[in-house]
Amino acid sequence: MMKTDEKLIIKGKRIDGRKPEDVRKMKMEVGVIPNAEGSALVSFGKTTALASVYGPRPLHPRHLQESDTGLLRYKYDMATFSVDERKRPGPSRREIEISKVSREALEPALFLKKFPRTVVDVFVEILQADGSTRVTAINAASLALADAGVPMRDLVVGLSGGMLDGKIVIDLMGKEDNYCDADIPIAYLPSKKEITLLQMDGRLTPEETKKIVRDVLHASKKVYEKQVEALKKKYSE
Amino acid sequence: MKSNYIIKLLEKNERLDGRKLDEFREITIEKNPIERAEGSARVKMGKTDIIVGVKLELGTPYPDTPDAGVLRTGAEFNPMAHPEFETGPPGEDATEVARVIDRGIRESETIKVEELCIEEGEKVWMVYVDAYPINHDGNLIDAGSLASLVALNSTRMPKLEEDDKINREELKGSLPINHQPITVTVGKVNGKFLVDPTFEEEKVLETKLSIAVTEEDTVVSMQKSGNGPLSDDDVDKMIDVAVKKSKEIRKLISNGKKTTKSKAKANKSGKSKDGS
Repeated sequence: MMKTDEKLIIKGKRIDGRKPEDVRKMKMEVGVIPNAEGSALVSFGKTTALASVYGPRPLHPRHLQESDTGLLRYKYDMATFSVDERKRPGPSRREIEISKVSREALEPALFLKKFPRTVVDVFVEILQADGSTRVTAINAASLALADAGVPMRDLVVGLSGGMLDGKIVIDLMGKEDNYCDADIPIAYLPSKKEITLLQMDGRLTPEETKKIVRDVLHASKKVYEKQVEALKKKYSE
Repeated sequence: MKSNYIIKLLEKNERLDGRKLDEFREITIEKNPIERAEGSARVKMGKTDIIVGVKLELGTPYPDTPDAGVLRTGAEFNPMAHPEFETGPPGEDATEVARVIDRGIRESETIKVEELCIEEGEKVWMVYVDAYPINHDGNLIDAGSLASLVALNSTRMPKLEEDDKINREELKGSLPINHQPITVTVGKVNGKFLVDPTFEEEKVLETKLSIAVTEEDTVVSMQKSGNGPLSDDDVDKMIDVAVKKSKEIRKLISNGKKTTKSKAKANKSGKSKDGS
């Protein structure tokens, strides 16, 4: 982690005025891409992710088909203009890894066995990155899957937590991500109480690590409620 | 099927090879098997066999860290190591292994990258850590992380001549090392936790959590891999196992002669870091 002399928590407030446990202003909207079977736009502050879902549809080439289950494909991609210095197009190693763990985060929520020989494709584009992009992407993907009517055991909620100036903070923004002591992105099935994505980097004691995981799970309720609200809104209009 | 048998045994807290659930296979560490590399190590965990080589090259620093050397970690799943490995560019599994090894080294600040700056903003040492599995029988992340650490501990700096030519004939001093992170992967299946899974065991795991822990018991990285879910209590247990096992494995490397020096250094700088 990089070091900075700048204080990122002053008098109990973070640089954008949030309290340590506050999530940024969330915006969630489903059905934003007419061509897709399901889609969603999700933002946490400036971090914005757009997800679309196609499928379950027949998987080609056919030799990739599995006779006893459907497959999930997940593509996390950062737009070239989503970051300060233009991102080179095409999948980086970081994006390949994030796509893998995010797919694994969503699979437990789906009944893929009911759709043998098919694939569900989830494409997520990070339009603007200001920290916590992989969990923002997961929220968008969760909503897009639900919007597509893909049967789900639970919604999948993504949220990050970390340690900043010795304090546990929730939903790290870019600058906090760069200078924090640790960053833990989590995906969670709230009704099932199942953690499906868990990563961490930084420096923490084992006890701090355990505490942050619990605090993120606790705070994820708000994100879950926001997802439910977004889905309801589509059908009330 | 073998998978069912593995699960049946685990219910009785037994494993195919007779190990306890929290027991690693025999680990053998060979230091510097590759003479042409600046540092190298070969680690065997049971039948898993992996070679890591370190090469130092000149390069330009990242714009946001103009005064620091650069770490690059790669892993190739060579088709020689397993019938399921295919030729071609690294796939998502190889990419994940490389990136998890990388994070353990990077986040623990194993390498004193600030001492690898030659000319701020212009010229720094690039440390390339490349892992080559020779035989894959599971747990490549732990074996690869251990081999990377041992290789870095054994890395000697080449001499930089006036004209920026790298003289690898004359090696000057060791790569500056801060910490000794050990990665322990804990697998979960049917409510049981086990360490150091073999290839066969990996196939039945619901999920696994790789946790890198330093000599100060600091957790520096975690990676959940596999689509099975975990509860918050599971995570607690897995962290505890990793902290305990990391100490045992670290003993294996600190017993060696070559690492005693860097270990002493690590403790010293570790303290000053905590103080700052």
